[in-house]
Amino acid sequence: MLCDLCGKNEATVHLTEIIDNQVTELHLCEECARNKSIEMEQQFGLGDLLAGLAEFGKGIEETESSRLKCSKCGISYEDFKKIGKLGCSQCYITFKRYLSSLLKKIHGSNKHIGKTPLKVTAVADKDKKNILEDLRQKLQKAIEAEEFEEAARIRDQIRELEKVNRKNENR
Amino acid sequence: MRIDDLINHTSEWLKGSGPYSNIVISSRVRLARNLNSIPFPHRLNKKQGQEVIDAVRTAVEKVDFLKGSLFIDMQQLDALDKQFLIERHLMSYEHARPDNYRALVLEKSEIISIMINEEDHLRIQVMQSGFSLFEAWSIMNRIDDVLSEHLDFAFLSEWGYLTSCPTNTGTGLRGSVMLHLPALVMSRQINRVLSAIAKLSFTTRGLYGEGTEASGNFFQVSNQVALGHKEEEIISNINALIKQVIEQEEQMRQHLFTHQRAILEDKIWRSFGILKSAFIISSQETIDLLSMLRLGVDLDIIKDIDRSTINRLFLITQPAHLQKIENKRLSSHERDVKRAEIIRKTLEKIS
Ligand SMILES: [Zn+2]
Ligand SMILES: [Zn+2]
Repeated sequence: MLCDLCGKNEATVHLTEIIDNQVTELHLCEECARNKSIEMEQQFGLGDLLAGLAEFGKGIEETESSRLKCSKCGISYEDFKKIGKLGCSQCYITFKRYLSSLLKKIHGSNKHIGKTPLKVTAVADKDKKNILEDLRQKLQKAIEAEEFEEAARIRDQIRELEKVNRKNENR
Repeated sequence: MRIDDLINHTSEWLKGSGPYSNIVISSRVRLARNLNSIPFPHRLNKKQGQEVIDAVRTAVEKVDFLKGSLFIDMQQLDALDKQFLIERHLMSYEHARPDNYRALVLEKSEIISIMINEEDHLRIQVMQSGFSLFEAWSIMNRIDDVLSEHLDFAFLSEWGYLTSCPTNTGTGLRGSVMLHLPALVMSRQINRVLSAIAKLSFTTRGLYGEGTEASGNFFQVSNQVALGHKEEEIISNINALIKQVIEQEEQMRQHLFTHQRAILEDKIWRSFGILKSAFIISSQETIDLLSMLRLGVDLDIIKDIDRSTINRLFLITQPAHLQKIENKRLSSHERDVKRAEIIRKTLEKIS
């Protein structure tokens, strides 16, 4: 059997792929398989994102999103659409409007309810207030559920965060 | 510890122990984390790249789990070393690319590894033998807590951990389970199972033996969604899905064992026969035959071989491993000869 991609070499690698929810069999030569696996590593999980991006672009004025650039790393939303990667954490603030619906498309939600780092010097100062508020709610819940170990952990986080805030205010 | 010492070492995840290790090869959990004030890896300059490596190194030294780890500058490795680490599932293909400022932290038992400046500043991996996602997550959670005391992770309360690709934003968590599903493949039920998995927004990939070659009987299932659920929820969702897949495979194995015993035994014993007598064998054929041998062991048709022996054969018959054992470059033909020799020698001790 010849390779499905180059049609030249003998196919020695047999892959099963899911494309559009269809299971497809691919028969490849060693060289094409190597390229394919690198490509798959890179695109792993990116299919949905790119689909989301394409659809997403429709709503926005091209000029507006291309003019908008991250103040810290300099990439534009157009750049991001091309490479599928953001340039730095500040990009999330710069492109917040656009990313909000993109994240919702990818994950089915745009609200994080998972863990919080022990030490938070978050991207925006305003965000620290949100984090504090969040942590206080979590603390309340943990105490109500009598999860005291968890409660102690959260309490330490709150103290740490308040310390950072005070330091910043005094600056 | 040096990289070459790993060759005589059995990776933790290949021990063939742990829950459901007849069907589940390994369970893996990875977290993506970034430092707040430095651009993501694809935008780094040399100074910033080094800054990330130094910061992570300092933090890693404070984690108890990681005492005595190997700290590797990727630029110091040749292509063979890189391939060797990929074959052991300690790093990705992406990380082997020559650009940027990459490093790797390898914990002694090979349970934990951290890729520095891959797609994100940190890609932390915890890998366990068998079906042990919760154990893997609990180790990961503690590592992440300690690291987060010493590193300034990019985080927004609304969106969680910020990653270079938005598909990982939120928890930055991906759980994966490597499954061996020969009975579902043999009975042609596998496509039905795979499309059900895809509908639930989980991803399936094959196992890349030979670094590149995929075998029909191995499947790696991972979550795609990283935002909007608690970490424990994400882990229990994969866990529940995998449990169902395991059940299907188990039923199908029993069905074949009861109703198609002769066909099953024929496949298994023929595979054993070829492995015991071949003088030239490709990596793909090895994976396929070892898969059958493993099924024979799982069903107690073949006795006197344990799973860890088969797992070890899977590992050391890969190209970079063969060349490390021989301590020289081997052509594809030379590898096929050496591979057959190692397999014969291992199996001839068994009657
Ligand atoms: Zn080809
Ligand atoms: Zn930016």
